[in-house]
Amino acid sequence: MKIEVLGMGCSNCNRVYQNVLEAVKLSGNDVEVTKVEDIKIIMGYGVMSTPALVIDGVVKTTGKVPKVEEIKGWIK
Amino acid sequence: MLRNLTDLIVYTLMGLQPGTHLSDALNFFIYDTIKIFILLLVIIFLVAIIRSYFPPERTRRILSRKKQYVGNGLAGLLGIVTPFCSCSAVPLFIGFVESGVPLGVTFSFLISSPMINEVALVLLLGLFGWKIALLYIGTGLLVSIIAGIAIGKLRMERYVQDYVYQLKAGNAEIAHQDFKEKIGYARDYTKDLLKRIWPYVLAGVGVGGFIHGYVPSDFLLKYAGPGNPFAVPVAVLIGVPLYGNAAGTIPIVQALMGKGMPIGTVLAFMMAVTALSFPEAVILKNVLKMRLLFIFFGIVAAAIIGVGYLFNLIL
Repeated sequence: MKIEVLGMGCSNCNRVYQNVLEAVKLSGNDVEVTKVEDIKIIMGYGVMSTPALVIDGVVKTTGKVPKVEEIKGWIK
Repeated sequence: MLRNLTDLIVYTLMGLQPGTHLSDALNFFIYDTIKIFILLLVIIFLVAIIRSYFPPERTRRILSRKKQYVGNGLAGLLGIVTPFCSCSAVPLFIGFVESGVPLGVTFSFLISSPMINEVALVLLLGLFGWKIALLYIGTGLLVSIIAGIAIGKLRMERYVQDYVYQLKAGNAEIAHQDFKEKIGYARDYTKDLLKRIWPYVLAGVGVGGFIHGYVPSDFLLKYAGPGNPFAVPVAVLIGVPLYGNAAGTIPIVQALMGKGMPIGTVLAFMMAVTALSFPEAVILKNVLKMRLLFIFFGIVAAAIIGVGYLFNLIL
């Protein structure tokens, strides 16, 4: 499973990244987490408001900071 | 009813004498704090619900079909219900331009979004009255529309970074929220926002309370003379590079007003701080060439200065 956090470096984007790391830790699963700051990739996903969360290539949320519980629910 | 509750707390529970500086200041502080937090709670929540009907994707679709002037007006209005995270400026800008939203219209949105938001409006409404709140919305819209139209007319398309026009923006499949989910989103958003801004709100009311109780009522007359003709541009030039959200500027606005600074100058300062900032310039540099960036900042600053002078004159 691969999770990408899309954002260009504001505090909300970091918060999402931290929440994802926390959720992954709690789930105990083996998940690859990357932070994507390249605007070309972000636009490729059609995302217009960051921070955005992408799981296995599917955009899950944009423009908000999902809670750890919510993220954990998506991790398989 | 709130008046009675406040009087009860200050005069009966705390046993203070009405009419003293301390009791006046405290009365104002408690009354306004409660009033403003209630207003904030209700209005942020309501606006969040409205906003859930206007995600950027929908705004983009609406704006891509409109021509110049109508588009600028709509963009300004839609900017009001759209929150602005500086880092979203780039994806948003590219997304809009990619789907055919005219450059000037995109800029109108980019200006009004950070400048006019429900928090600023509630605070202005609660602390200074609805006339000032309406003034702020009106002039903010004016600035965003005029500046957007001006930039559009200057045909600055070639000063957008080249890669922007070469990007093929995907189309994100955004899950639709049913009404219950919208309520949930609005509730979470309200909670998070209040958690973030409450110190500024207290500070803003606190400064106001201090001024109410301790600054003599003719203080304003002493200092409200014709004053410095350069006050407006100076205020704007100081405000432009500063980064702040609307709630954070309110304590300063309170203090300046209390010291007798004319209202046009104060509003201009508030707009300059929220509409433009140095971090935003750095971020926009990713999509705008230097010349367009300067023109953008220059036109907005000029529009804000103009609005500042205008309102000093007619008020």
